[in-house]
Amino acid sequence: MLDFSISKEQKMIKNEIAKLVKDLVVDNAHEMDETGEIQPETLQSIWEMGVSTAGVPEEFGGMGPGGSPVDTALILEELACGDMAVAVAATLPSLFIQPLLQFGTPEQQKKYLPMYCGEKYKPCTLAVNEPHFRFDAVDLKTTATRNNGGYVLNGEKCFVPLARKAEHIMVAASLEGKSQLFIVESGNPGMHIGEREKNLGLYSLESSEVKLTDCQVADDDRLGEENGCDYDRILQRTRIGLCAMATGVCRASFEFVRKYAKERVQFGEPIAHRQSVAFMIAEMAYEVDAIRLLTWKAASRLAAGLDAGRESYLAKLYAGEKAMKICDYGVQVLGGHGYVRDYPVERYYRNSRGISILEAMAIV
Amino acid sequence: MIDLNMPEKVETMQNNMKNLARSMFRPISRKYDEAEHEYPKELDFFRNLPIMNKPKKKDPAKTAAPKKPAGEDGGAKLGANLGLIFSTEALCWGDAALLLSLPNAGLGNAALLAVGTDEQIERFGKKWIAMAITEPQSGSDSGSISTTAVLEGDEWVLNGEKIFVTCAERSDAVVVWATVDKAAGKAGVKSFLVEKGTPGFKLEKLEHKLGIRASDTGTFLLNNCRIPKNNILGSAEVKQGTEGFKGVMKTFDNTRPLVAAMANGIASAAIDFLKEQLEKTGAKLDYKKNVHNLDSVEKAYYRMEAELEAMRLLTWRAAWMADNQLSNNLEASMSKAKAGRMATLITQEVCDICGPVGYSRKYLAEKWMRDSKIMDIFEGTGQIQHLIVARNVLKLNSSELR
Ligand SMILES: Cc1cc2nc3c(=O)[nH]c(=O)nc-3n(C[C@H](O)[C@H](O)[C@H](O)COP(=O)(O)OP(=O)(O)OC[C@H]3O[C@@H](n4cnc5c(N)ncnc54)[C@H](O)[C@@H]3O)c2cc1C
Repeated sequence: MLDFSISKEQKMIKNEIAKLVKDLVVDNAHEMDETGEIQPETLQSIWEMGVSTAGVPEEFGGMGPGGSPVDTALILEELACGDMAVAVAATLPSLFIQPLLQFGTPEQQKKYLPMYCGEKYKPCTLAVNEPHFRFDAVDLKTTATRNNGGYVLNGEKCFVPLARKAEHIMVAASLEGKSQLFIVESGNPGMHIGEREKNLGLYSLESSEVKLTDCQVADDDRLGEENGCDYDRILQRTRIGLCAMATGVCRASFEFVRKYAKERVQFGEPIAHRQSVAFMIAEMAYEVDAIRLLTWKAASRLAAGLDAGRESYLAKLYAGEKAMKICDYGVQVLGGHGYVRDYPVERYYRNSRGISILEAMAIV
Repeated sequence: MIDLNMPEKVETMQNNMKNLARSMFRPISRKYDEAEHEYPKELDFFRNLPIMNKPKKKDPAKTAAPKKPAGEDGGAKLGANLGLIFSTEALCWGDAALLLSLPNAGLGNAALLAVGTDEQIERFGKKWIAMAITEPQSGSDSGSISTTAVLEGDEWVLNGEKIFVTCAERSDAVVVWATVDKAAGKAGVKSFLVEKGTPGFKLEKLEHKLGIRASDTGTFLLNNCRIPKNNILGSAEVKQGTEGFKGVMKTFDNTRPLVAAMANGIASAAIDFLKEQLEKTGAKLDYKKNVHNLDSVEKAYYRMEAELEAMRLLTWRAAWMADNQLSNNLEASMSKAKAGRMATLITQEVCDICGPVGYSRKYLAEKWMRDSKIMDIFEGTGQIQHLIVARNVLKLNSSELR
């Protein structure tokens, strides 16, 4: 059934998250970006909303049934509308929990889910990106080879959020030409976690490179053990996650300039009265909606148990391109004021570039 | 609850329409592009098909119960607007100019259904009705029209010139916009049903165009043209302010998504054509690899397909809102702003990428490039759509944002 309306429950979740974001994130986002720190209380408050544990059975500490991909997309949009770095950090455990939930063996679920679905926010993370030109998430350079009844991992990862704080990192590697996920414990001598990275965007999100040198893991450290996992499916879900965050970042930029353009007076009139300004804002308005609708469409397919390969791919392609355009307009509407860090539009501009470049920063 | 999956029923319906377009439109697409102004007689097949129907009388039992606003659970339904959007896209995948030439499905028919009285629908419902708003001096600024209507006894007397009227020659009647009180500005603008053959109503000429050549576009002269008093659509009363004019403009909230759907249809035809060319050369489209690792043509293909998805979703949303009694003035303009522009760009790019195959009149790609351009012009240009969207989101009136 084609339905564009938000249900009562969805509206409730959305409003709750929006309120939290307004109280804890919006006014602090600049400070967080400058200092590079997200207050632990903020992450804890969002954690307590159950954004990462909806859908996890209660016996493992989760919230039980719920957490449809569409609901999660709504949540990610709201969080990223406050700040994308917070959206990534706050929902980071999902990137570990969700693949486990979908593809982990009962033993793996029993071992890890209770560890990460407790009352306290506890970082665990996923390593997909690799630090080289022409990186492609479906053509990984990091390899896994069978060895001693387990696997040996070799390669380099980058942009691994909270890698230095996580006790477990799920690492994507190519095993016999097929991408798979492996759980690596932080103390593993074959895994070296680099210094904190400095990147274009997401200043307040701590991330690092991760080097794997003959990193030995056991056979039951492979997600799904011998059956493995459907990596493409996980990629579909993370791509939709990025699109949902793109919607949020772009909406923030749009909402900011919509207000600003009516207040800023030049040549005796608000700049909003000029078509070249107003038309940029009009385009921002419908492109934000377009990104959101593409996100919802891809998420709807997942929710119905359908393959979302095509839809998530096109949505990410679209969101990556338009997010940049929208946030570019966002800076332009403010002129020189948009270029200085006192205003949030330059942050949106930097963060939006990550939508096309990054993979696996959030999951629906 | 949000669910953007296309119901299977709709998909089947759309495939059927596409097959119809494939078998009935595509074979004559080139023929009538070249035989400009000639009525495509093959379309008589559609003459008695219910394309634009009188809406079913509402079940009084249902209307009595307070309607749940859409957006609340259970309020959503798939209705006539969305249905028309799906079939329009499918048929325009075949040929947009032929769709515009479908008998009894003119813009005037839409206006009649939207605001006509039962008696008027009874008298004109079976006719093919065109819509005449545009004048030599009034295009985008349709509120400034100078064609006049004066009530004399039981008749309106109309005088003026109307240009760019779609289906000018083929239609049986025309909805003519005229002012009953020039001093009242927009509030004085009313629409009138004028039948062909009425003395003083003359088809002056037909245009030669860039594209949609199978659709005839013409000029009418109204010279003391007398029509019955009850041929006015809506009320004759000149209300204060712009409310009355807004009412007239409301039909556009339904027709703009239709134009967007036409744009989507042409764009999808062009994209399918490119896909065929690509697959002939052995390219495999698997929706997986980083686009930067693909060749530029494959990358362009994916980008255009993503744009088409966006165009469609914006269009469906606008129509879905109309079906669910939600005001869609903003969303209707968003859909047309996006689809009108992107269809133009997509068909240009497909031509370019296809090279000689895109340039040659042996194939239809060049025709789609010419056809699509009108989607960014009629029913309000792209700029006018942006103006509407901007005024809406910025909450500015038409004197603040001109
Ligand atoms: C094939 C065809 C079929 C048509 N069918 C019909 C029909 O059936 N019935 C009918 O009534 N009309 C019809 N039209 C007319 C059509 O709706 C008008 O051509 C259109 O609305 C634009 O008006 P115009 O051509 O006078 O351009 P203008 O209004 O002169 O516009 C010229 C340019 O200025 C821009 N512009 C104008 N005002 C503004 C503004 N305020 N801000 C920014 N930019 C502005 C426009 O976007 C455009 O780019 C048809 C036209 C064609 C070509």
